[in-house]
Amino acid sequence: MKTHTLRESFVPVVVVLCAIVLLWYAATVFLNIPWQRDVYERANNTDYSVVEMVSATMSQERPVMPAPHQVAQEVYKTTVEKKITSKRSLIFHSGVTLSSALLGFLLGTLLGILLAVLIVYNRALNKSLMPWIITSQTIPILAVAPMIIVVLNAVGIQGLLPKAFISMYLSFFPVVVGMVKGLTSADSSHTDLMHTYNASAAQTFWKLRLPTSLPYLFTSMKVAVAIAMVGAIVAELPTGAVAGLGARLLAGSYYGQTIQIWSALVMASLLAALLVMCVGLIGKLVNRRMGLAHHA
Amino acid sequence: MSNTENSSTSNVIDIENLSLTFQTGDGAVEALSDINLGIEQGDFVSLIGPSGCGKTTLLRVIADLEHATSGAVKVNNMTPEQARRERAYGYVFQAAALYPWRTIAKNVALPLEIMGLSAAERRERIERNLALVDLAGFEKKYPWQLSGGMQQRASIARALAVEPDLLLMDEPFGALDEIVRDHLNEQLLALWAKTNKTVVFVTHSIPEAVYLSSHIVVMSPRPGRIHDIIKSDLPPDRNLDIRETPEFMKLANRVRDGLRAGHSYDVNQ
Repeated sequence: MKTHTLRESFVPVVVVLCAIVLLWYAATVFLNIPWQRDVYERANNTDYSVVEMVSATMSQERPVMPAPHQVAQEVYKTTVEKKITSKRSLIFHSGVTLSSALLGFLLGTLLGILLAVLIVYNRALNKSLMPWIITSQTIPILAVAPMIIVVLNAVGIQGLLPKAFISMYLSFFPVVVGMVKGLTSADSSHTDLMHTYNASAAQTFWKLRLPTSLPYLFTSMKVAVAIAMVGAIVAELPTGAVAGLGARLLAGSYYGQTIQIWSALVMASLLAALLVMCVGLIGKLVNRRMGLAHHA
Repeated sequence: MSNTENSSTSNVIDIENLSLTFQTGDGAVEALSDINLGIEQGDFVSLIGPSGCGKTTLLRVIADLEHATSGAVKVNNMTPEQARRERAYGYVFQAAALYPWRTIAKNVALPLEIMGLSAAERRERIERNLALVDLAGFEKKYPWQLSGGMQQRASIARALAVEPDLLLMDEPFGALDEIVRDHLNEQLLALWAKTNKTVVFVTHSIPEAVYLSSHIVVMSPRPGRIHDIIKSDLPPDRNLDIRETPEFMKLANRVRDGLRAGHSYDVNQ
């Protein structure tokens, strides 16, 4: 059984990973050749082999497309070899972004649950609140982010909180949608049972509706934590932040440090994937505890 | 069981001229029409009939889970809503309806928590009622770890833990296999004999209805109405062997005839 699942999940994952890396290398060569040809022409070097050319495209200092191993080296250099306190440490920058993403995710989840409860228990709020919640997500966050930061700055809120606010702005939405569904998804017999016990609304909420909604909550939290990360990075762009993965992206693009941009991107996606996996794992444990993994 | 026209006030359940019409997308559907029924303390009444005859709906009206369109329903001389608020009955659903995130003990504890009983009282009732349905030792198990029959027994223990005088059971053994069903029928009968509770039991199994009941209410569909009320003269301390006796056969035949006659489309159309 064990080896069977290993073959079924491990092999496809490795194959896809290899395919992506190969495509990346192909893109590196293809996109960096024009500039490399320019370099050779200017040096009047017409006597280069294909191997020389290809290897040169993978070792440029500011390539259009850095090769995977260049990015990997940069990530290694800026995580393992740099002190965490250093301004050039990617771990330091990740920590800055992560802390505002997590705070925003936490606030967004709480806000989402609160709104969902209000919507489920109040018909009027369902009609009046839901359109605004949906509208809030149709506005491009890149347009709103600078205004939010400027407005919050004007009232004296600076630092972590404005960035967390933007993460919250993005991440509360999937939680609202998921929890509205989750809080209303109890079996009719389970609900009838509460009715026969003459249970109060609060008792029905705590003993039935909330437990029933937890699988839905964790599914939407997986989406929410990923976009909270996006929100934190976006929030760092318009403010000219000096720390954070967004700041690294911005600085990298000012100075044409493509390798730095890409290593920040890789770091961001690794972090997001890690967060999604963590939430997924907690969700799985909770589902098992709730007896929902055994429905078959 | 008594005649309803001049029913005494001591009846546990009194139903007079009850009708219920569901408003659906295709127009009105008459689920129950002119139901008259009186049930006395200690009766075991089966509601039997084909699908769509309104037997479950009738049970749900008694439980205040559906509301009559017209007519009067009294449970313990109260409206169904008052009776529900007083927790006058225990309801057993067709599916066990155990909460999957609660252990068996915690499931039985659910109504007791809602009633606000002390932890000691809860523990005592859980222990006693799980022993009553032969589930002692399964307190810490989760519902998915139990067979269907055991789950249904747990749900009966949960209904009994409320300590109601009235037990409403909606095809509780419908999803179980024959052997388990026989066994649970025997246990239920023993329980009824021991506790003198009033039971209203929905089923569509003739042997089950005849074996368990003191009164069998035969219902017919479209619209749901009572076709016949049969009083059983079988002794109260019966066992499963009674199903081979002529008296049992005679009752079963009368129920079967009633069901057949109630199928209006068999006779008239």
